[in-house]
Order: sequence, then C-alpha cells, then structure tokens
Amino acid sequence: MRNTQATKLLFEQSKPGCRGVRLPECDVPERPIDELLPSGAIAEAPPPLPELSEPDVVRHFVNLSTLNMSVDTHFYPLGSCTMKYNPKRNERLSSLPGMVDLHPYQPQQTVQGTLELLWRSQEMLAEIAGLPAVSLQPAAGAHGEMTALLVAAAYFRDRGEKRSVVLIPDGAHGTNPASATMAGMKTVPVRSTNDGYVDLDDLAAKLNDRTAVLMITNPNTLGIFEEKIAEITQIVHAAGGLVYLDGANMNAIMGVTRPGDFGADLMHYNPHKTFGSPHGGGGPGAGPIAVAEHLAPFLPTPIVVKDGDCYRLDYDRPNSIGRVRSFFGTVGVLVRMYCYILTHGGDGLRHVSENAVLCANYLLARVRHFLPVPHGKRCMHEFVASAAKLKADKDISAMDIAKRLLDHGFHAPTVYFPLIVREALMIEPTETESKATLDAFAEALFRVTEESAELLHDAPHTTAVSRPEEVAAARNPILRWTP
Amino acid sequence: MSYIPNTSQDRQTMLEAIGVDSINDLFAMVPDALRLDRSLDLPAAMGEMELSAHMVGLAAQNTPAGRAACFLGGGSYDHFIPAVVDAVASRSEFYSSYTPYQAEAAQGNLQAMFEYQTLITQLTGMDVSNSSLYDGGSAAAEAVMMALGATRRSGRVVTAASVHPEYRQVLDTYLANLDTELVVVGTPDGAVSPEELEAALTDQTACVLIQHPNFFGCLEDVDAIAEITHRAGALMIVSVDPISLGLLKRPGDYGADVVVAEGQSLGTAMSFGGPYLGIMACREKFVRRMPGRLVGQTVDRRGRRCWVLTLQTREQHIRREKATSNICTNQGLIALRAAVYLALMGPEGMRKVAEPCLQKARYAAEQLTAAGSLCRAFNKPTFKEFVVRVEGDVDRLLQSALSEGIFAGVPLRQWYPELADCMLVAVTEKRTKAEIDRLVNVLK
Repeated sequence: MRNTQATKLLFEQSKPGCRGVRLPECDVPERPIDELLPSGAIAEAPPPLPELSEPDVVRHFVNLSTLNMSVDTHFYPLGSCTMKYNPKRNERLSSLPGMVDLHPYQPQQTVQGTLELLWRSQEMLAEIAGLPAVSLQPAAGAHGEMTALLVAAAYFRDRGEKRSVVLIPDGAHGTNPASATMAGMKTVPVRSTNDGYVDLDDLAAKLNDRTAVLMITNPNTLGIFEEKIAEITQIVHAAGGLVYLDGANMNAIMGVTRPGDFGADLMHYNPHKTFGSPHGGGGPGAGPIAVAEHLAPFLPTPIVVKDGDCYRLDYDRPNSIGRVRSFFGTVGVLVRMYCYILTHGGDGLRHVSENAVLCANYLLARVRHFLPVPHGKRCMHEFVASAAKLKADKDISAMDIAKRLLDHGFHAPTVYFPLIVREALMIEPTETESKATLDAFAEALFRVTEESAELLHDAPHTTAVSRPEEVAAARNPILRWTP
Repeated sequence: MSYIPNTSQDRQTMLEAIGVDSINDLFAMVPDALRLDRSLDLPAAMGEMELSAHMVGLAAQNTPAGRAACFLGGGSYDHFIPAVVDAVASRSEFYSSYTPYQAEAAQGNLQAMFEYQTLITQLTGMDVSNSSLYDGGSAAAEAVMMALGATRRSGRVVTAASVHPEYRQVLDTYLANLDTELVVVGTPDGAVSPEELEAALTDQTACVLIQHPNFFGCLEDVDAIAEITHRAGALMIVSVDPISLGLLKRPGDYGADVVVAEGQSLGTAMSFGGPYLGIMACREKFVRRMPGRLVGQTVDRRGRRCWVLTLQTREQHIRREKATSNICTNQGLIALRAAVYLALMGPEGMRKVAEPCLQKARYAAEQLTAAGSLCRAFNKPTFKEFVVRVEGDVDRLLQSALSEGIFAGVPLRQWYPELADCMLVAVTEKRTKAEIDRLVNVLK
C-alpha cells in the first residue's frame, strides 16, 4: 500500500551526522593524506551529498517504487517496447556469484563458463536471425543500429565505394535516422503507401550508387509484415546497397521467418524486448547484431571463438570497426537472454511469437469495433489504432485516452507514434497476457471512449499526480534539487 | 509452455473471435516462400530445474573474484556493494517498468532519476547531469560528439595516451566517418605534459579529453590542463573515477566543462564488463546539447510538485536525424543503484571509501617495490592504482599469482608495447592487509 506521507526528496530528509554505512578501520599503516597527494588535488570537504540512515534510504526508495506501474503489477501494452513478463529464474541465475563477480580482465581460463555462454549465445542468435556472424557488444538497440551502420560503412570503404546515404521509411523508429547521423551518414526518407507498406516506387526512385543501406523494420511499426520484403531486399541489393533490419519487432516472427532468409544483411536484437530481460525503468538493455558472412570481418572487437574445448576472446580482427563500448558488453543482460532462449528452445520461441500474434489479433478484433485501426483487420504482434475521429467528434485525443486508462489500472499504449498515423495509439499486448486481461483492457478502452471529454481532459484522477506541466518544465528546466 | 497463460481452450476462443481457423492463418502476411520450414536449430527447451543446474555448472567454470584476491582495475573495480543496493534494485516495480513516458505512472522512476541527477552534480560539482549513458567508454565518446556541436569546431579532438585505451578505441570508432582528426598526446612519464598538450592544440580543436586519475592511476595536472585548454577555446572533458571524488577536488572546481565517468564502482557488480553506467555531467550552457534523458521538476494541474522527462526536443524520438544522440534505452536501473549507493554513503562514507583505497594502494606499492625486483613505472602521485615494472615475464608472474588464488594485475602489453614488462595493480577498500602481503610474497 502506498505511503502518502513519503513525498520528500532524499535531500530534504538529510540530517547532519546521520550515517548509512560503517566501514572497517583501515588495516594498513596510514600516512597523512597530504603526504600522499599534492595539496592542490585534494578537496577541502567531501562532496555535499545528503546524510541519511540505512532505514531512511530503504523506506524512501521502496516507497518510490510503489509510484510506478510495472509489468509485475499491471498490463503494460506499450507498443514497440514488448513489455513481456520478466522470468524470475533469469534474475536469480544471472545473479549467481560465479556469474556477476567477474572482472572483465580476469585471465580467460578463469571465465570459461561465461565465455562458453557468450559463444553459445552468438551461435543461437545467428540461427534465429539466419545470419551467420554475431557481435554481442552493443549496449542497446540504438547502439546496435549505429554499430551495424559503422560495419556497413567499413564494408563499403573496404570495397572503395563511396556510399553514405541511408534510406529510412517514414514509419521508422526515431533511433534509425539518429543512428545514421551518429555513424556519419546522410538520411533520405522513403514514403509509405496508404496501406502502410514501403512505397516501392518511391524506394526505387531513391536508390542509386550513393545508397549504402535501407533500414527497414519488419514487421513494421504499424504491426504489418512487409509482404513484398523479398522484392524490397532484391532491388536494394541490385542497386549495390545493404539491407538493415531493425529487430525491435522480432517477437512477432521467431521461428516463423528469419531476417537472413528474407534478404536482410544486418540486424540488431533487443534482448530486453524479445528475450524477456527486464527494461529496468529504461535500461540496461543490450543490442547484439547479426550480419551476413561478407560483413563478418568488420564486426566489433572482440568476439568469442571456440578453439577445441576452450573459449577465448578474439582481438585479432584487422578489418574490424574497433570498439563501440568498453569491455565485452552488457553481459548481465545477455545472461538473462541466454536463460530465456534455453527455457524455450526452437519450438518454444515459435510458440512465443505465435501467441504474441494471437493476443494482438484478438485485441485488435475487439478494439476495432469502437476505435478505428486504419491499417487493416489483421496484424502481427501489435497494431496502431487512431483516435483521430474521436478527436474531431468529441475532442478526445490519444493522450486523453492514454491518461484515462491509468485510472482503469492499465498502463497506456505508446501514443503519437508512428508519426504516419494521426492520434496514434500503438498497442502491443505480448504473449504473456491472458485472455481475461485482454478482455478487461478492451472493456476499459471502450468505456473510456464513451466517457465525457471533460472527464478525460483532467484524467488521470486516481494517480499520485495528474498532467504535469511539461511545457513549463522545458521552458525553465529544473534538473536538480537545490537548497 | 512457459510464461504463456492462455490454454488451448482460450486460444480456440480467441481464434473464433478473430474469425480464423488457426494461428497459422494469422501469419498469412508472411509469404510462404519466406517461411522457415523447419524448427529453429536450438538446444531443447529446459525446465527451471534443468536450467538452474546448467547455469550453476557454467558458473562453476568461472573463478569469481570473491574466491580470489582481486587486484584488477583499469575501469572496473571490486568495491563493496551494500545489501541495500541489491534490495532496492530487486523491487520489480523498478526493474520491470519502462522508460517513464507516462509521467503519472512512473513518478517513482522519475523522482529517483531526478535524485540521481542531483547526486551526480553534488559529486562532480557540475551544473547538470543526464540520467545515464551506457558506460564510461561510450560516455566519453558522446561527450566528444557533444563538444563538436557546442564549439562548432570539427577539425581536431585531442586526447592522451593516459586515457583508458578502450575509451580511445571507442572514440576512434565513433569518429571514423567524420572529418575530425583525433590526436593522442604521448604520456611517457605517466601523465600529460602541459607543454606537449599545448603544442597539440589548434584554433580548430573542439575539446581535450583527459582522465583523472588516469589509466595508470596517476593524477593529472588538471589545473594546468584546464587553463591551456580554455586558452585555446576548447572544452575540457574529464573522465573521472567517481570513488576518487571522496578525496579529490571536484571537476567543477577546476574548470571541467563536461565530466564523464564509469559508474560501475557506485554499487554495481563487475559482471565481466556490463551492464555498467555511463555518467555525464556538464555546465548549464551545454544542457541543450546533452545526449540522453533528462528529468525535470514541475507541477501538475493541481499544483503538486512532480517530475517529467524534459527537453525531449534534443532526443531521437522527436528530432530524428537532428537529435543530439541516438540513445533511447539507457541504464536506468544501474543509475538507480548508483543513487542508492550515494544516498547510503553520504559525504562521510564517500571519504571513508576513498581513503583506504589510497592508503592500501600506497602500502601495496611500497611493499611491492621494497624488495627491488619490481619498481614503479611512473614517479607520479596515484590514487588507487599504479603501474609496476617487473623483472622477467609479466605473464609468468601473473600465472604464478593466479595459482596462489590472486588476480595480481592487468598486463599492459596489449595496449602499450613500450610497457610490455608492466602491469596495472588496483587496490580497493575491500583488499585486506593480509591479501596485500600475499600479493607481495608472490610477486617479489
């Protein structure tokens, strides 16, 4: 139960002399600090952090946690984010001392268990992708996108080709164009047809000898599988370009079809979406990438290789783009991913995707009678409804619906994305929700659309706060507490 | 099958409501020619007991630092983690939530991130902190990208050989397709020479990236570096060890423009390299160029104080190709761990962690070099790490230490051929006198 008295900041609870830790006495002979360090380097006082006791700190943060909706407490149909159940066994097994208490520069003979796990993870991700070479290094999906684009750039440089344009369909995640810019490439948008597919004529018109990569999301952000994906990848290849698959939506197609089989040359995974690793309130994630054979030499360094019965990190990769982060990668997340894949096996992963698609279609079938879904009566793992008509008729926006759903005990869908649908509500239920939950959500959503605009404009009514002033926050940013 | 609550009866009912005969019909959009006509070739599914046994078996093939005495550093450290940090971070309302896009449903995360930002500004003496980046290496690269934009200079970036070699490799990768020259100032004496740094600066230099204490554990002359850097109109980016700030002057107090750090030391396990925490803080005037998420204070419609994601027009989901960075998922839960750690430590606790690091590292260095077979590679003041030069083969020495249950140090040959006979030794507050004496016995 929420403690409504616990609203102060850490800093407002600080009390001089209060201690949260007691450290052991130093057991080596001590010298005065100013003999060990130049006086100009030493701070006059320790950093002005708050002073709190251990019980203060625990009660404070536990009470904060009760102000969050989470997958463990609520249905969280945030489209594109794949908010599925986070298996508890994976939390336990990834926390074994033999898994977490490892320094990245330990001798490799002392981390053979972890190297084996990582090597097997590379192999498994290659199989699911249908692409033979994998790097586990990128720290998140967007980081994987950038890494893959750097791999593509290195490939073209190696071939002496000056290709630096990335084609991006207008429905793509914002990370796609941002990653292209980070990789030093130029972006050109590709239109979608009214049906939500990549416009092949527009794509063909924009392909030329400057085209490096087409970044495509499939299923796309409308939850639609690009039926002409083979034709799309074919014409990009014919123009000398590469095809990158944004793997954010892999939860729809595992074991059904593989990116490598439909012509993708590079892709990333989001283990924190597809493979059930927790989102952590915004990370940590991971962004492993899989690539075709001809791109393998350019993958980041190191990768794990198997020599006989031994596993080792291979740093001798002369064509590699180098590193995109320090150390090996977000290993803790990869361990959870590994546990997830082993729990399911090949048929189990297909079962996951089938059920994710079933749940989404069931919800779509229930919702589209009262809230238009502009792009068809079928979907893959998610669909995008539009509140445009409600907005016009009753002045009820997608945001109003999102806020009011919180009062009904449901997290809101993703709103106002993709940009190509007006008043978009992007709904992704995932396979770990029951029919009963989907029914309850559909009923709540229906009730919300029937409620008065006045009620909705002030929603939510039951949460600790309601409708924060976002414009004021941005105009006069207060980004830290001051006394 | 695991984690799927619907029964076959439920599925049947759902298919009927959709109006199809089978789940296969739902995949009609996927052309037959592209369908995988076999099962994925993966190991057979495991139940929880089998999986647990398998994972325990893999873990048994590792030697965790807890079963050895760990003197390894170089950006990842065996510091103590209070139980409170684990207890808070295992609240599933924190770990199973997502990025706080709906502020009303995420006030816990938002307030915790606002507190994290404040704690980092208190620790570093800077005006603003974002709410996390991936790790120390990518944070350094992001800081450089930010400086390129803020100064509108793209000709040159200057760093030093005493900056973590992997951070420099990351930076190299990030700059690969940009027209920016990366100049690395040599540090044969173990730290940046202000004169050589000055000679490397041009009027097109966007920034200087240094590390303090540096990769060799040595302190840099930060006051001189700040003066030279600013005289050239460039920004000073400093990568720090957050634990060192229990004792050392804060970067905000010697003129740093951007501070980055690897935050793993603040309550996160070493985990073979991740997940870690990229800390970034800067001066107020650069806030609109910062990468990553920022949480701001505001009021709600009834005037109650609350928190929201703010200045989002910097970010990829709004600005797309014009965003300050592509970062989306960051390190929320690891930032939470750092906030809990710092709140628990307080000013006194941070000093009480930093002091024994300094004292024990100094004791270890003295004892190791007393016998004469090892010597300090650099004659500079150090904090919790130092480089020793050995007689004979480094690897053989490390191997003999390993057989005594000691991870004695990180060999430097892979990054510094000129230091092929050297290793980097780190001593945290967790190392006891007895462990240090054992290390000395094995190495001398």
